[in-house]
Amino acid sequence: MIDDSKPIFMQIAELIENDIFAGVLAEEAQVPSTNEFAAFYRINPATAAKGINKLVEEGLLYKKRGIGMFVAQGAPERLRQKRRQKFNDLYVQPLTAEAGKLGIGVEELMDMIKSAHPLDSTHGGMSDV
Amino acid sequence: MSEKIAVSAQRLTKTFKDVKALDDVTLQLESNKIYGLLGRNGAGKTTLMSILTGQGYPGSGEIEIFGHAPFEHDATLSRICFIRESQKYPDEYKVFQAFKAASLFFENWNEALAQELIADFNLPVKRKIKKLSRGQLSAVGVIIGLASRAEVTFFDEPYLGLDAVARQIFYDRLVEDFSLYPRTIVLSSHLIDEVANLLEHVIIIDGGRIVMDSDAESLQGAAVTVSGNSSTVHEFIEGYPVIHRDSLGTLASISIRARLSERQQTEARELGLDLSPVSLQQLVVRTALGQPVQSETTEGDEEAKQWSV
Repeated sequence: MIDDSKPIFMQIAELIENDIFAGVLAEEAQVPSTNEFAAFYRINPATAAKGINKLVEEGLLYKKRGIGMFVAQGAPERLRQKRRQKFNDLYVQPLTAEAGKLGIGVEELMDMIKSAHPLDSTHGGMSDV
Repeated sequence: MSEKIAVSAQRLTKTFKDVKALDDVTLQLESNKIYGLLGRNGAGKTTLMSILTGQGYPGSGEIEIFGHAPFEHDATLSRICFIRESQKYPDEYKVFQAFKAASLFFENWNEALAQELIADFNLPVKRKIKKLSRGQLSAVGVIIGLASRAEVTFFDEPYLGLDAVARQIFYDRLVEDFSLYPRTIVLSSHLIDEVANLLEHVIIIDGGRIVMDSDAESLQGAAVTVSGNSSTVHEFIEGYPVIHRDSLGTLASISIRARLSERQQTEARELGLDLSPVSLQQLVVRTALGQPVQSETTEGDEEAKQWSV
């Protein structure tokens, strides 16, 4: 789960973000402690603390003094916004760039996306962007 | 109780006959951090650790532990634990007697932890130490090192003879106890990948000199290996410092020093390139140990073999 691709504290932050986004950690749920993360992933506790603090700074977690870390109200929605922003950079930009190289026009691309999209268009899944 | 800087060394030099074991070494160890002291055999690791723990004198240079020169200063020495790779115990000692002696010497000794570790490692405490296997002898050192809870603890290649399961017990217990009782720990190791995630700071020594002294974090993800069609790879890596190259026919695999953005990673994959992280061990072997940058030889692989033991 932990690999060499980037600093470990960032990976810890991402693991927690994923759990918040997926609802594994609900709003107001308590997050495992620094020491629990350290023991589970066999990492330095200071590194685990840094990952957790990153999310505190971003307002996704908050500290209850003497008790522990908890998921902030609105954290899943904030993550959704963050990921939507990244979605454009990570997928749409390269997709349209490659489509351009291949001579695939916007209309054709839209048709391809519609036929591939898992949400049936009658449910209006893409309408509220 | 513990100061911010646990150990401070200035311009240490040590010469054995005509060999410079330490050459102008300056470093500081902060309190409550886990350090990795990495280097090849003969690089000067053990000499450095002996001096940093007050068990050996430098030829020249200054050393302070908790603000005191450590040599024969009992109040300081009882706060320091140094487990040597080939730690010697009195010949007739039985295992439990070694623990008894350690418990008297180290002011923070925790007997309950010692007993748990004895059970973890399944150590025969009534056996004479000289009858122990290499692994059991290492376990004695690991137990003393952890149960001493010394504010500064050095482990010199602590895992010799320990099998994979026993090494994992050591790492697990180390993280667990360090979480509860933070202190300064220095691990000297060849098995870099095994300990990489435990380290907060990495010091690399080669030929008696410190060649790297940096946060582990700044080394993680600091390099990436790009593989695929040779011309595509070369186009993609243009402008980045190359730390290693391999090629096979039209395929190339080139490690570069770079932190690629997610966007760049996506682009690489769209070009049909494979990206794989460069581990701390590879990074150490290929960058810190005098590997000529951009060499096309296989020296790096030979070094990698020596390192992976």
